[in-house]
Amino acid sequence: MITLNHYLAVAAVLFVIGLMGVIMRRNLLVIYMSLEMMLQAANLTFVAFARFNGRIDGQIFVFFVITVAAAEVAVGLALIVALYRLRQTTQVDALTTLKF
Amino acid sequence: MDELFFWLFAAGMIGFGLAVVLGRNPVASALCFATTMVFMAALFVMLNAFFLAAVQILVTAGAVMVLFLFIIMLLDVNSPEQRPRQRIWMACTFVLALGFVYLMARVLDANPQGTATADSLGNAPATIQLYPHVSPREFRQIEAGQRSALAPVTEPNDDTHQIGRVLFTRYVAPFEVTSLLILVATIGVVVLCKEPAALRRKTPAEIDGDKDPETGPALTRTR
Repeated sequence: MITLNHYLAVAAVLFVIGLMGVIMRRNLLVIYMSLEMMLQAANLTFVAFARFNGRIDGQIFVFFVITVAAAEVAVGLALIVALYRLRQTTQVDALTTLKF
Repeated sequence: MDELFFWLFAAGMIGFGLAVVLGRNPVASALCFATTMVFMAALFVMLNAFFLAAVQILVTAGAVMVLFLFIIMLLDVNSPEQRPRQRIWMACTFVLALGFVYLMARVLDANPQGTATADSLGNAPATIQLYPHVSPREFRQIEAGQRSALAPVTEPNDDTHQIGRVLFTRYVAPFEVTSLLILVATIGVVVLCKEPAALRRKTPAEIDGDKDPETGPALTRTR
């Protein structure tokens, strides 16, 4: 029988995969995709809790998270395009101006 | 049956999620990400969140991924990452990941709610009730032939209607704030993507206009 813990564990694993991507990858776009994956892992947790607590509020929160994530992706990709126009790269290794 | 599908979808989601992180080609990563989101929508369906599953496929796997792919193609970063990853970072990442998974296992082990199954909850509203005014026991006692004689449902009770009802009553203020946020994001994207005047190359019409001020503006007007 599938319990709440099953869903929470799967969401945690997906979150960790996203975290690994953020740390490991050097391409700005892939890092951004991994961030998005971490948000989606949190969404799965919300829906699982909503189902197993018998309340719809968790699904409302997922609705908001999806909306905000879509707006965030639009702004973030615009920033990446502006950055690419200045530096002709999307590798984070090349962007060390602010590095101490 | 439920278990089989759960493990199928969970394995697919995690497998494609790993492909996003471990692959070297950004386009392949983007497509794997879209597949991950489709599998997550399938898990949403298993949790009876049908509306959110549809939204997930339309917005995340559709709109957001098209945006990602579009930017990848536009910037022409199709080439794989040149330098190999440093091993020390790989090791640190895996240690971090294992630590996090261990912590999560400890938390889930102590979760008092953890072993709850969907069937053990009788009050889940996210289940579709065709006749919300008739209790399940009464419904079973009514003969199959007489069920059509039941009073018609005045208020639909599926998850989409429930979300709509709660969203526009209890959460109406956050909903309005979200609309403002999207407006801000739209304006922000336009401002960010506008080319700075110093970098802008002149269009052929403008160059013509510089050469010959007599005909230039007239040409651009007729076009």
